[in-house]
Amino acid sequence: MSLITRRQLGRVAVAAAVAGAGQTPGLFPAHAQSANPIRIGYAMAMSGGLAGNGRATNLAYQIWAAEVNARGGLLGRPVQLVVYDDQTNGGTVPGIYTKLLDVDKVDIVTSPYATAMIAPAMPVVMQRQMTFLTIFGAGVNESFKYDRHFNMNVVGDNMKETYAKGFLDVVGMLPTPARSIAIVAVDNEFAQKAAESARFHAKAKGLRIVYDRSYPPSTVDFTPTVRAIQSARPDVVFVASYPPDSNGILRAVSELRFQPQIFGGAMVGPQLATMQAQMGPILNNLVNWDTYSPEPTMQFPGVAAFQAKYRELAHKEQVDLLGNYIPPYAYAQMQVLEQALKRVGRIDQAALAADLHKSEFDTIVGKVKFGPNGEWAEPRNLFCQFQNITDGDLEKYKRPGTKVILAPANLKSGDLRAPYGPPA
Amino acid sequence: MEFDLNLLLNGIVSGLLLGGLYAAAAAGLAVSFGMLDIVNIAHPALMVAAAFLVVVVGTALGLDPLLTALLLAPVFYLVGTGIYTVYNYFFERRGDEALQGLAFFFGVMFIIEVGLVMAFGPEQRFLDPDWGFVTWRIGEIDLPLRMLVPALFALAAIGLLYLFLHKTFTGLAIAAVAQDAEALRLMAIDPVKIKRLAFGISVALACIAGGALIVVQPVEPSSGQIFIGRVFAICIMGGMASLSGAIMAAFLFGVVENVTATFAGPSWAPAVAFGWLLLVLTFRPQGLFGRAA
Repeated sequence: MSLITRRQLGRVAVAAAVAGAGQTPGLFPAHAQSANPIRIGYAMAMSGGLAGNGRATNLAYQIWAAEVNARGGLLGRPVQLVVYDDQTNGGTVPGIYTKLLDVDKVDIVTSPYATAMIAPAMPVVMQRQMTFLTIFGAGVNESFKYDRHFNMNVVGDNMKETYAKGFLDVVGMLPTPARSIAIVAVDNEFAQKAAESARFHAKAKGLRIVYDRSYPPSTVDFTPTVRAIQSARPDVVFVASYPPDSNGILRAVSELRFQPQIFGGAMVGPQLATMQAQMGPILNNLVNWDTYSPEPTMQFPGVAAFQAKYRELAHKEQVDLLGNYIPPYAYAQMQVLEQALKRVGRIDQAALAADLHKSEFDTIVGKVKFGPNGEWAEPRNLFCQFQNITDGDLEKYKRPGTKVILAPANLKSGDLRAPYGPPA
Repeated sequence: MEFDLNLLLNGIVSGLLLGGLYAAAAAGLAVSFGMLDIVNIAHPALMVAAAFLVVVVGTALGLDPLLTALLLAPVFYLVGTGIYTVYNYFFERRGDEALQGLAFFFGVMFIIEVGLVMAFGPEQRFLDPDWGFVTWRIGEIDLPLRMLVPALFALAAIGLLYLFLHKTFTGLAIAAVAQDAEALRLMAIDPVKIKRLAFGISVALACIAGGALIVVQPVEPSSGQIFIGRVFAICIMGGMASLSGAIMAAFLFGVVENVTATFAGPSWAPAVAFGWLLLVLTFRPQGLFGRAA
């Protein structure tokens, strides 16, 4: 038996890593049309803190690629996804995109999830003048101003003036006008921008801000924060948080029997099946930002079929079981790419960008049109209220009536219930 | 924020409860890092791995998470002895434990995290006992059982460890190996064997801490990362090789964090808590309860 040297071991490891990149064993069989595929490359959070949404996004992409290939491919060529795990670490992203573009020589690049991972990819992508379709970024292009950047996210441009508008519109639905608001946000870019928007609209509506603080992502116990908010006696509380903070905050609110008129805001977590299963009735009357709800006002063509397919695979792939948050948008992002490529008829980055700027796209999340900065021309921040929840059973989240849309007005599907927190 | 006695009292009490969780997480490290001088940076990852196993076993058997953690502790003891055997064979025996040993435990941490993602997926996992949604109220003081019971559970486990370390021959040998491994050898006791046993105990304590953690909050594979800085700071602040010091430091850390979060805002909490660490090290480099060399 010959011993392997350290150098040989290194070579084997690198070869294995390269061979393994982009492979999705087990889920979708290798396709017959292997000649000259259109290669779509991206980094994705397959591990680390954002892996829950990262993996769900990846599954949506795989579903799209499998469907396209079953229809005979795109521009007569099969589609191949080349994915690398960014480990939810922005530091890995520039290297991955350099490799995708210079070594793998992919034809198209799409973004990682989400803002903190998209931003480090931008300089690499811009340097090579690639058209860049991003997913769930928040204001990334405000500073880059790259004219080939297109973001699939409902928040749109000018987050400060648009994001929390719906929440404050919901506050206006209270039978007794609210007079004060508390704002608390985690120290990250998305949440800080959300809080800035809440501040902007609260001032515009004449609400007194009685608590306005940030907390670090490493916070373990939210009891003292919630108690401090409670002692300020706000009518309304706007929270911008990430999982698992959202969980800790809601548990603390429940334990301290805190019942403001409206509680919610921009909490990331309650949109996901795991938290819905765990929190159960604690979510009742929470008014929270969202992207999709199966209400009659949001039954866009194709979304139900996509979700049925996604849910079949979600359990096996160990991702969010419902797919009500990011997966429809990830699939829609690829629909946008598909439609643009078909119209352009070739892989031409400049022509693709021009088409993405001027066209409107039919997707499973409705019609999508990009503005000058590559964000949605018309923001669509949903503010939904959890209603009629008695337990952690997830079936109800597949039907209307559980996440009732209160804003925007054109998608409204029910009426506000106040205060937050009473049993169903 | 205006001063309010109720807020202060509740801040102290919730800080003590949080300190209970920190004590659970730091106790095992106080043995491995404080007594054995092994920089087990994978300790919080082992705690999270235990939390995942508690969810799986507890859900399958319908058991309480804390009871499940207790049942799984011997398994983690064996895992700990296995990890130490590898560490000793490849690093400690050769005198490479300082930097390469640290790299080894970094590796163990990443393997655990990626292994958890591959085995369980990246989603949050939880196992809430019914009592976890109950809050006792004594006067103006709130005592959520979600925090209280894990803290008491952890303290009971640490109390048993304390008795073991101070009342048994093997326990005293562990304390001795922390001071002078060669002297122990002169007494015909194999220091490697004692260290293996002690490291196994430290990983078993990570399992107990995992049981406490899953009651306090849901876990995801990378949840351990937020505890790394805290548990090492607690061990250092308490005084190396001082289990009781680490426990006291854990409570102090929890109280400082929560009182600061109440009155100055949560963004100041870690800064003030870690500021305390710097202050302690300035005036007592051996830690609050450590002995000067």
